[in-house]
Amino acid sequence: MTVKEAWGSRIGLILAMAGNAVGLGNFLRFPVKAVQNGGGEFIIPYLVCFLVMGLPLLFVEWGMGRFGGKFGDHSTPFILNNMTKKNFWKYFGVFGIFTNFGVIAYYTYIESWTLAYVFESIKGTFVGMDIQAVGNFFNEYVDIKSDGSIFNWPIKAIIFFTITLAINIYILSKGLSGGIEKAAKIAMPLLLVFGLFLAIRGLTLGKTGECVGCDSNVALAFIWEPSLNGLWNFKTWLEAAGQVFFTLSVGMGTIQCYASYIRSKDDIALNAVSAGFMNEFVEIVLGASIVIPIAVGYLGMDWVMENAGFMMAFKTMPFLFDNWGATLGIAAGVMWFGLLFFAGVTSSLAMGTPWMGFMEHEFDWSRKKAAFVFGCIVFVLAIPPIILFQQGVFDEYDYWSGTVSLVVFALAEVIIFGWVFGIDKAWHEVTHGADIKIPTIFKFFIKWVTPLFISVVFIGALIKPNGDQWAESWNSFTSGNGWIFDNGSILNQIFRFNTPATELKWFVEGSPTSLFFVDMSRLLLTLTFLFVCYLVYVASKKRNNRIPVEHK
Amino acid sequence: MSTSAIIMMLLVQGTVTAITGYLFYKVLTTKPKPEPDSYIENDSDPR
Repeated sequence: MTVKEAWGSRIGLILAMAGNAVGLGNFLRFPVKAVQNGGGEFIIPYLVCFLVMGLPLLFVEWGMGRFGGKFGDHSTPFILNNMTKKNFWKYFGVFGIFTNFGVIAYYTYIESWTLAYVFESIKGTFVGMDIQAVGNFFNEYVDIKSDGSIFNWPIKAIIFFTITLAINIYILSKGLSGGIEKAAKIAMPLLLVFGLFLAIRGLTLGKTGECVGCDSNVALAFIWEPSLNGLWNFKTWLEAAGQVFFTLSVGMGTIQCYASYIRSKDDIALNAVSAGFMNEFVEIVLGASIVIPIAVGYLGMDWVMENAGFMMAFKTMPFLFDNWGATLGIAAGVMWFGLLFFAGVTSSLAMGTPWMGFMEHEFDWSRKKAAFVFGCIVFVLAIPPIILFQQGVFDEYDYWSGTVSLVVFALAEVIIFGWVFGIDKAWHEVTHGADIKIPTIFKFFIKWVTPLFISVVFIGALIKPNGDQWAESWNSFTSGNGWIFDNGSILNQIFRFNTPATELKWFVEGSPTSLFFVDMSRLLLTLTFLFVCYLVYVASKKRNNRIPVEHK
Repeated sequence: MSTSAIIMMLLVQGTVTAITGYLFYKVLTTKPKPEPDSYIENDSDPR
């Protein structure tokens, strides 16, 4: 017999939901995207996208979740099934479980780096290291080799990964109120305190004298100088919409799962907006004030423009903190990697809940059994990106699970909610029991604007031109020379237009190529998707033999 | 930093902070719905 899940308190639910959204991307992806897209030019499109796409998507997912909960559905396959009354859609809902497996497999690995770096910071490992040494430390930690070896065997990193996964599994096994909510109530306040300290440091750093132009105010001026140029740039809108999309953790089935434990008379509107704005606070107020200003303060704007990226968190930040002296440097390191760990763990816990909800409610599994099996599957899925880190497997997981699947599923769900389920019923689902009045314009956004924005994001990813040169690619296309695909476009990833036929080989001189490992990782992800499809099929058969669950 | 950049930063960060604070105040001060509601910490008897 399974234990009935429930949230302990409303504030706990909101913190857990905000923790789901707040992730590593708030502190790393947002400031990097802002820098890469002209700073001030990026902010206005970003804010517009949050209002017309982000908030409506939150309403959609919260509404879908609470609707599903009325029928005892806690995962997207059967939520969609109930909304559409068509069997086909439940297999679309498989994305809401599969995506989490694909993402958590590599996300927990990154999370484990942050945990390891907390301990390394406490030990004082980075004290006195120059930027090169800090970078080398990371390469050694994940066992990046320059001798052409295929496999990476980072023993220490695997140990920390196992510990991190075990922490996640333990918390998941304690359920919603006893595990996830308690973790969020500890992690989120600490994350805010650590973030505020580092943000104040970033905002007040000023000139450091390390180089000409080493001044945190230069970074702030770049990020916040208002400019309307971005409004007329398609790429900026695409990047802003993509950032809003990924920062809110939509398209993963996690929000629906959390919201499915809310009774139909209780509010979701105020909850959704509160969690969404808390994520924006962490992103716009804290995220924009830490990495880039501190990096520009010690390395200059030119260095940041050339090197801004995700890996700055591990390869650069410890060196920057060391400029503050040993004691403050260690404290800042602990806070930085601590907040990243808290941001990571509250997100990875959310990724476990769709599976937990699905197995507990469809197969009557206990929490412990569901959590343990989840951990085993994640461990197996995580081995390829860990030991084949340099063969592109890590990026492959991120691309298909963490990018493409999210957009496809979000597009499907917003169309289902606004069009198949019907906008009037959908609006009733969102506003019923609401503790705030949502402007009716959001009904229009949900039906028209949000699907349009996600469609544009999807098409943009599908046919992304080389170097984001949309005008040049269009000219090439209309003059009969074909579209110039970017290597990262979905169509090029599938059909490999840009790869010469001579390089499309799995083996060269008896040794497997990176292409072989990339294709094997695609096969593994496909098999995972089919495995979840099979479980949904079996669950569906079981349901047909079950007495219908009464409405609450 | 130019004046316009300072105004933009204060405006955006201040607005987001104020809205977040207001929403949390509203969450904390809104009366809960009559039982049974979705939250177990305010239940007199555990479910």
